[in-house]
Amino acid sequence: MDIAQLQAYGYFALTVFLVIGLYGYIYHLYSKRKNSDGVDYEEYSNMALHDDIDDTPVASISDDKKK
Amino acid sequence: MENRPLEYDYTVTKMFMFTTIALGIVGMLIGVILAFQLAYPGLNLMLGEGLAEYTNFSRLRPLHTDAVIFGFTLSGIFATWYYVGQRVLKVSMAESKLLMFLGKLHFWLYIITVVAVVISLFAGVTTSKEYAEFEWPIDIAIVVVWVLFGMSIFGLIGIRREKSLYISVWYYIATFLGIAMLYLFNNMEIPTIMASAPDGSHVGGNWWHSISMYAGTNDALVQWWYGHNAVAFGFTVPIVAMIYYFLPKESGQAIYSYKLSLLSFWGLMFLYLWAGGHHLLYSTVPDWMQTMGSIFSVILILPSWGSAINMLLTMKGEWQQVAASPLIKFMILASTFYMFSTLEGPIQAIKSVNAIAHFTDWIVGHVHDGVLGWVGFMIMAALFHMAPRVFKREIYSKSLMTSQFWIQTLGVVLYFTSMWIAGITQGMMWRAHDEFGNLAYSFIDTVTVLHPYYTIRGVGGLLYLVGFFMFAYNIYKTMSARPVEESELQSASPMGA
Ligand code: HEM
Ligand code: HEM
Repeated sequence: MDIAQLQAYGYFALTVFLVIGLYGYIYHLYSKRKNSDGVDYEEYSNMALHDDIDDTPVASISDDKKK
Repeated sequence: MENRPLEYDYTVTKMFMFTTIALGIVGMLIGVILAFQLAYPGLNLMLGEGLAEYTNFSRLRPLHTDAVIFGFTLSGIFATWYYVGQRVLKVSMAESKLLMFLGKLHFWLYIITVVAVVISLFAGVTTSKEYAEFEWPIDIAIVVVWVLFGMSIFGLIGIRREKSLYISVWYYIATFLGIAMLYLFNNMEIPTIMASAPDGSHVGGNWWHSISMYAGTNDALVQWWYGHNAVAFGFTVPIVAMIYYFLPKESGQAIYSYKLSLLSFWGLMFLYLWAGGHHLLYSTVPDWMQTMGSIFSVILILPSWGSAINMLLTMKGEWQQVAASPLIKFMILASTFYMFSTLEGPIQAIKSVNAIAHFTDWIVGHVHDGVLGWVGFMIMAALFHMAPRVFKREIYSKSLMTSQFWIQTLGVVLYFTSMWIAGITQGMMWRAHDEFGNLAYSFIDTVTVLHPYYTIRGVGGLLYLVGFFMFAYNIYKTMSARPVEESELQSASPMGA
């Protein structure tokens, strides 16, 4: 196999990989409504909206340590 | 802990807010001078023959670009980081003596570096690489400043209460990592005192002077990989970080789609790094690289618009806020100009279009609808939002802010429309030829035709500068305006008449 052929196969494989990666990520975002803490991605907006120092965190680090 | 309730500590934010304004004035003032020098060349001698060395266009141009990029924009990035970082991670700088110390050190070293840059550029000391003009001793200082910035980012993240990182924090991290990598690679240089000529003799020269480790086409490639991504990680990524925090906060609306913000983030990170080739179309770099740069640039519109549309849709059902609040106006116009320049950029990156656009004023127009409309507006909006919160006072004047908005918007429009006409005229005249291939125009013909447009650009720039002075005055007066309660600071910023 000459170099041009190798490049062509490499190019094709990379393209397939990227397409799968992209759609896989979109699928992940939409199917997995909740992460392991039971938080919906959309709730993360509250990190900015409720950001006073005594507001309750969306998902707290200390909850994690308690487990 | 003592009994005093814990509060966010904005000391370092305030320091960087000050440099954002001061260096913004310096940089834009020089920009206006440059613009009028292009229209009226006599101004190169504005302080007389004796001082012409310091007042001519070529000496001032890098001072403009570096003051607005590494002064105004970077200070804005630092100021907002020290504000947004604490808030979305829910941890105060006051909780760590070390981080407080590093933050102040970061500021003071930054000031020293700025002074060194200003003096050396005025003196004409430069490596002659665009946006990377600094000689090696200054480069080293810049690296230290940058490392301190990184320590602050990762230090705050290390002691955070909020488990996940808000989308803006991702963008700040990307800014840090991106610039770190680019800056180091592009500034690989050898001090000339260490170099010797091919015949073995000593080269010598000034101790601070250095030459790039790369030569010819390689140097151009690395330079524009850097140059393009300095735009990416200086003018885009951190500004997106700002709008993802300040627009939702000021309007009280959740981001339209948090998932879209994540998708656009990874899309932007993946695509941006490959697009630098669009600065080198029809040059000596390999053809496939030019084509790749072109293609990636065109696709780049997707993640760019992903963020911009996400911001506009965040206002869904709340458009009356845009009419009511000048602060929201600034941000909505900023994201509109972001859409605009990321539509214009991909068009200019198409090879056949670039054949007309390259080297012309159309590029300068593209640059400034991005930096004035998007970067400048967003940074000013961020400072307007932060001012009442760091000073615990209402914004001095809403009507002043509204007038500033309209004056500057007019300024931006005059700037880019005149440069479009000038640029396309220039491009068409340069390539016009008769049936035998003789050029139809000489260079001076284009200069004559372009004169009115250069004047219009100067006026547009002047309007923007006037608006910036209004902004500086408004923030200054805010420091002694009516004190406000914590409860007034939840979302929309309090403003005086
Ligand atoms: C999708 C996004 C974008 C693309 C594809 C793009 C594309 C381009 C192209 C093709 C050029 C001209 C290169 C030449 O012929 O010399 C250029 C120049 C430039 N663009 Fe963009 N652009 C984009 C977004 C932006 C934004 C948002 C900003 C600023 C806020 C910006 C700032 C600049 C600057 C400063 C230059 C001039 C560099 C120089 O020659 O010194 N661009 N861009
Ligand atoms: C008061 C407003 C401003 C005016 C009047 C102005 C004017 C100018 C002028 C005359 C040039 C030289 C163009 C040439 O060589 O033909 C220039 C270049 C540039 N300016 Fe500005 N400027 C202003 C604000 C800004 C701001 C706020 C930024 C960034 C945040 C900025 C970034 C740049 C950059 C990156 C270049 C280099 C463009 C290139 O090489 O293609 N300017 N500006």
